[in-house]
Amino acid sequence: MTIRHSLKTALNGLQAHRSRSLLTILGIVIGITAIILVMSVGRGAEDLILNQVRGLGSRTIIIAPGREPTGPSSFAEISTDSLKLKDVEALKNKANVQGLKELTPAVMQVSTVAFENESVRKNVLGASELIAKILDIYPREGSFFTDEDIRQKASVAIIGSEVKEKLFGASDALGEKIKIKGRSFRVVGVLPPKGQVALFNVDDIVVVPYSTAQQYLMGINYFNMILAQSESEDAVPRVVRDIELTLRETHNIDDPEKDDFHVTTQADAAERVSAITSILTILLVSVAAISLVVGGIGIMNIMLVSVTERTREIGLRKALGATEKDVLTQFLMEAVILTALGGIVGILLGVGFSFIASLVLSKIFLLQWVFTVPLSAVLLGLGVSTAIGLTFGLYPARQASLKSPMEALRYE
Amino acid sequence: MAIIEVKDLEKTYYNDGVDTPVLHGVSFSVKPGEFVAIMGPSGSGKSTLLHLLGFLDEHTGGEYRFDGKTADEYSKEEISKVRNKKFGFVFQAFNLLARTTVLENVKLPLLYSDTPEEKWDDLARQAIESVGLSHRLDHESSQLSGGEKQRVAIARALVNDPLVVFADEPTGNLDSKSGKVVMDIIQQLSEKHGKTVILITHETYTAEHAERIITMRDGNIESDKRVEHRHIARDHFKK
Repeated sequence: MTIRHSLKTALNGLQAHRSRSLLTILGIVIGITAIILVMSVGRGAEDLILNQVRGLGSRTIIIAPGREPTGPSSFAEISTDSLKLKDVEALKNKANVQGLKELTPAVMQVSTVAFENESVRKNVLGASELIAKILDIYPREGSFFTDEDIRQKASVAIIGSEVKEKLFGASDALGEKIKIKGRSFRVVGVLPPKGQVALFNVDDIVVVPYSTAQQYLMGINYFNMILAQSESEDAVPRVVRDIELTLRETHNIDDPEKDDFHVTTQADAAERVSAITSILTILLVSVAAISLVVGGIGIMNIMLVSVTERTREIGLRKALGATEKDVLTQFLMEAVILTALGGIVGILLGVGFSFIASLVLSKIFLLQWVFTVPLSAVLLGLGVSTAIGLTFGLYPARQASLKSPMEALRYE
Repeated sequence: MAIIEVKDLEKTYYNDGVDTPVLHGVSFSVKPGEFVAIMGPSGSGKSTLLHLLGFLDEHTGGEYRFDGKTADEYSKEEISKVRNKKFGFVFQAFNLLARTTVLENVKLPLLYSDTPEEKWDDLARQAIESVGLSHRLDHESSQLSGGEKQRVAIARALVNDPLVVFADEPTGNLDSKSGKVVMDIIQQLSEKHGKTVILITHETYTAEHAERIITMRDGNIESDKRVEHRHIARDHFKK
């Protein structure tokens, strides 16, 4: 029998039990839908985070306290107070680090920010005035605080556009006094809406001089991080090396294994993000794969019922000259058509749901979400569903092909 | 030379350790073009004999020689080929495919043959015409009467131009009028087309349409006689 006729015969067989066939493939449909959805959203999330990481700018270098975490046990050893003002001074020295353009220490804390009766919890970033250059954020109203404000530990603040909206609505914010953790700050600047820039959502942030934040808000004498910018992208590796050497010297460290700080660049961060999202995607896809196995068992079950129910038909076909191979092919083909159909429906649904998800994420959650369906997901979906048909259809098809025509014809 | 040659043929069913002997060694032979009825009450082993002769089941003793070769000498694939090309089966329960047209039902054996596809339609139409159902070509099998269904089954048995037609109680589910039409067609197979016909029945009247009657009882051949006063189904239509 030719493949074309096996196909036709199998299709006729399926058509005869349309609703049962549809119910049978539901498990496969759901499994493939889940896989496509997870892979599409996973890829979207990865792209989103990677874009944010790239938003760091390829010239930006982040120095954070503590050794780079390499495993769960090393978290315990992370010291958070290793970056001090003397490190900043040492790094600013051109003799130590060449090719460094800007550098600012930074501290961060989520704090209550209040104006009159309105009160919100926001990220408060303590930094030097150079943060404006590094992140490319300049107030649309007022101006940034100055070097002088930092020395004086002045209580001045720059607020993001959303913070301004929440606390002041349409009225003017410049010159008003807001309270951060109960301490009065004068608003000297309002940032334009800019969304996510590097690690920060600029719209939703309050920037104050780091010295003020350290002393009056947090009561610490160290920094949470130091942000630096190299003069050019090519200079980044050299700058990173110089930073490491300088900090080791100021911290009296001979063995790089014992570093109490770590330096991250965009390239490092992107690599790490990719690794994390891939692991997450694999994990979620594995969960979806379980539903495919369940779906496959469902297919096998229904095919066995179908084989029993069509015993007489099998007997007849054999009496009319069908070989074992013909019967095997027919039933295997039915299983594969079922699962491949389930796969196709699942892919369509998965793409549809992913699209809806991308709309929700971009329109409602205002993320810079790009709708993508990886080709690998589509091929995986098709491949896996067909493989399930072959695997779980083989046993019932074999049972069918081995039936004795005489007994099959006698079957009531 | 005989087309079917059976010598001491035995069949015993083994089921859960219980042996059920059904055929106790039967011997006979059938010449090409012969019309033989195998008759006997239920349980006499006549259906089992037909299954063995039609390669639908395997014997457990003795020898069965078809077309010069013993059953053991045929491979599985050859057996499928023989069923397809050299045998035609007509069953009591018709065994047509549901939700399938007359034409498609008749084409079914061609699906498993090596006949080129462009000839299928013509062959099927010819077979359907020979049983007088050309006007029912596109009807689904469920829309047909019992007699018509059996005629479709006969057309299906003929479509590959077999050497032997096995008919297992072909009139068992039919009223007497339809039965006569079917018996007429079966007689024509032997008379006009020269097919070897093996007819299984428990009715003496039906058996007497054949040239020869083998009577079975308890797994043995009780008698093997030529029919002296044959019924000719066609005569009924002339009246």
